Amino acid sequence: MKRYRVLYSKTEPLRYTGMLDIQHIWERLFRRAHLDLAYSQGFHPQPRIQQAAPLPLSFLSSYEVLDFWFEGESDSLSIFKSISVTAQPGLEIQYLEEVDPPSPPLQTLLELAIYSVTDLIGIDQNLMEEKIALIMKEHSIIRERRNKTYDLRPLINEIKLDDPFNNLLKLEFNLSAREAATGRPDELIATLGYDPLNFRYQRTYLKFPSPIFVHHP
Amino acid sequence: MNLFQASPLDQWLERTLPAIQKPGRYVGNELNQVRKDWNSVPLHVALAFPDIYDLGLPNLGLAILYDLINKREDSLAERVFAPWVDMEAAMRSSGIPLFSLESQHPIRQFDILGITLPYETLYTNALNLLDLSGIPVHASKRTEEHPLIIAGGHAMLNPEPMAPFLDAVVVGEGEEAIQEIISTVKTWKQTSSPRSDLLNELARIPGVYIPGFYAPKTNSSGEYTGLKPLRQAATACIQKRIVGTLPDPVTDFIVPSIDVVHNRVAIEIMRGCTRGCRFCQAGMITRPVRERRVDEILNSLQTALDKTGFEEVALLSLSSSDHTKIKDIVEAIQNRFKEKHLTISLPSLRIESLSVELLEKLSGSRQTSFTLAPEAATDRLRRIINKPISDEALIDVTRLIYSRGWRVIKCYFMIGHPEETMDDVKAIADLCKRVVLEGRKFHGLKASLHAGISTFIPKPHTPFQWQAMDSLESITEKQHYLRGELRGPGLKMSWSDPQTSLLEAWLCRGDRQTSRAIYNAWKSGAKFDAWQDHFDFARWQSAFQEAGIDPFEFSHRVRSENEVFPWDHINIGVNKDYLLEDSKWSQKAELRPDCRENCYVCGILPTFKDTRRNNPGDHWGCPEVNTKKDKE
Repeated sequence: MKRYRVLYSKTEPLRYTGMLDIQHIWERLFRRAHLDLAYSQGFHPQPRIQQAAPLPLSFLSSYEVLDFWFEGESDSLSIFKSISVTAQPGLEIQYLEEVDPPSPPLQTLLELAIYSVTDLIGIDQNLMEEKIALIMKEHSIIRERRNKTYDLRPLINEIKLDDPFNNLLKLEFNLSAREAATGRPDELIATLGYDPLNFRYQRTYLKFPSPIFVHHP
Repeated sequence: MNLFQASPLDQWLERTLPAIQKPGRYVGNELNQVRKDWNSVPLHVALAFPDIYDLGLPNLGLAILYDLINKREDSLAERVFAPWVDMEAAMRSSGIPLFSLESQHPIRQFDILGITLPYETLYTNALNLLDLSGIPVHASKRTEEHPLIIAGGHAMLNPEPMAPFLDAVVVGEGEEAIQEIISTVKTWKQTSSPRSDLLNELARIPGVYIPGFYAPKTNSSGEYTGLKPLRQAATACIQKRIVGTLPDPVTDFIVPSIDVVHNRVAIEIMRGCTRGCRFCQAGMITRPVRERRVDEILNSLQTALDKTGFEEVALLSLSSSDHTKIKDIVEAIQNRFKEKHLTISLPSLRIESLSVELLEKLSGSRQTSFTLAPEAATDRLRRIINKPISDEALIDVTRLIYSRGWRVIKCYFMIGHPEETMDDVKAIADLCKRVVLEGRKFHGLKASLHAGISTFIPKPHTPFQWQAMDSLESITEKQHYLRGELRGPGLKMSWSDPQTSLLEAWLCRGDRQTSRAIYNAWKSGAKFDAWQDHFDFARWQSAFQEAGIDPFEFSHRVRSENEVFPWDHINIGVNKDYLLEDSKWSQKAELRPDCRENCYVCGILPTFKDTRRNNPGDHWGCPEVNTKKDKE
């Protein structure tokens, strides 16, 4: 059994597709490509596919990572070609390579995620700068999500504000993405005092303790 | 999406959808969606299923029409579904009209809006869909500026309750009729003639009914005596359309990017049914039986799986075990697709050991439950409804099912059948208990039986159309009794809401006046009537009262043999005399076995003799019709 790791983008057509449905989309993609995924044992065998990090609904991403286990004899290039031609719209495969089968699940290794956050309505830059400065001075930001309180502040590593383009602000959030310690960019926007619906979110990078691809630049 | 190139609708969606439940319903862009250039195609058709995306996307009828229309170079088909209440509220508050999933064009800009109406509780949603599109709900108020509104589907075998809202109705199978309709609309569009000219031309197409070309007639006592044609093009009777040979199955199924009710390839292996269960409308209105060839089923299945990657396949028909080559189909599928981790479902199996063998072969990974539909639990009642099976045979089959590893059996029964007594209802409980005891021999307390209890509705075009529905009180009492009995280890019961069944009866048996009640109900907020948490019976009662209609006249009045029904102008090919005769057989508890063994002259063959003659072969359930030349 071989294990492969794929880097892909989740673009507009899949923006409102959740993590569980993405799993089905991958499973169907492999079926269309006539590639025999490995299945788990048991009464209801499931295809062996692992996503590195769940992406909230309505977020885009240019850096999604997924591992899958494959029964057949094939090489990375052939698999890459086969799955690229039959991909669901919105799933753009960038890179694929074989990885060491016994390495731990990516989700347990993930450290942080970087998000590009775009203003959709034209927000005042100075005001945003002031609010960011205030937040970064805080030691603790207690928020409530799904009836549970948590501290957002330790989950914020860095906030960058780029020059506005066409009067629309562009921010970059570097947030913790460890298991049980994951920061959400829309929560941070709400903390800054803005309506999260007035921003677009795109994940641009996932950082692990060591490189997850051997050959990818 | 580049923010600066995004359309105003895209910008609105971007800021609205994150706060909407299951937003993936509203964005399209799925695999196998067909997107044509709007401006280079002369004719635009919107196809609607008037409920949410999750239910509408897997609808096979819609998929067939989408495929056929998009194969034409001169037309495009795009999809539209009913937005859920949160999305509708957001659209209405922002003044966003209903739009198609493919090109996001407002529905109002299409040439044709085709609405599929497979069941009656979609009627208010259909009106809501028109309103949300900015299209007048009444056909009389529409002009050349509006799309042609056409409906089809099983509920349209009695189109009268929806008549004032529809420009045209396709009666029967739409595969050929849609082609003729499109060509007619395309030709008309090139002229500047009035809408009435288009309707005149459409009326000439076999199977197309133009409700506005008819007016109801009554006698001096106010009783309905039929429809009066108002135009020359309006024929007294509208004969349903059928196809002589089933067209190629759809293989380019749209693969949704979100979970829907059926994520699967659906291949219709047979159309029609020869069993003649007297309560079953589908069995009467889809005659004659036409089978699909084994090689065609297999090749289509392979192509569809290659194009979709779906993990589930459904082989659809009204009675799967009756396909003459069912063993070959199952065997070939088993050989070709085992080891592929596919779930293959074969619904509507008869209660016989063959069904167990078939399903066992198909279940690579064992299904969790096995479904049977005896519908009645006493021999007397089974003879009345023409669905014979002895208790012993049923118990033998359930024993076999449990012995082969299934732990759960689902059994469907119907209550409220004509001539039903409380003893017949008690027999349901007794039978269920006997079945679960069989299961315990193999699985101990893990064996279970789920009883699904539905309510009999005297549907149009069936031998029971002259019957009255059981009273609400009686149905409630019977359900109460069964709920008391079918509880405890291994027993589970689900049942249909009696008030919903009553509304279905009113809407399926209603006349043209009923449209006023539908309009009133919709105006007062009725929609998603098929959804238990949205259905409001009191609102419907008020709607009928406001329209001055006693709906119990539709559901509970026993009809005389000479009754003229509101659906009598719709000719399903099965003669009314035949249905009446069968109704009398029912009263004598006489059976009519499978008509493939013995033709009972229901009327299908004379009605469609030319079609049969042009489609010779054993794929039809009816005998061959020879030409005079052949006979010589």
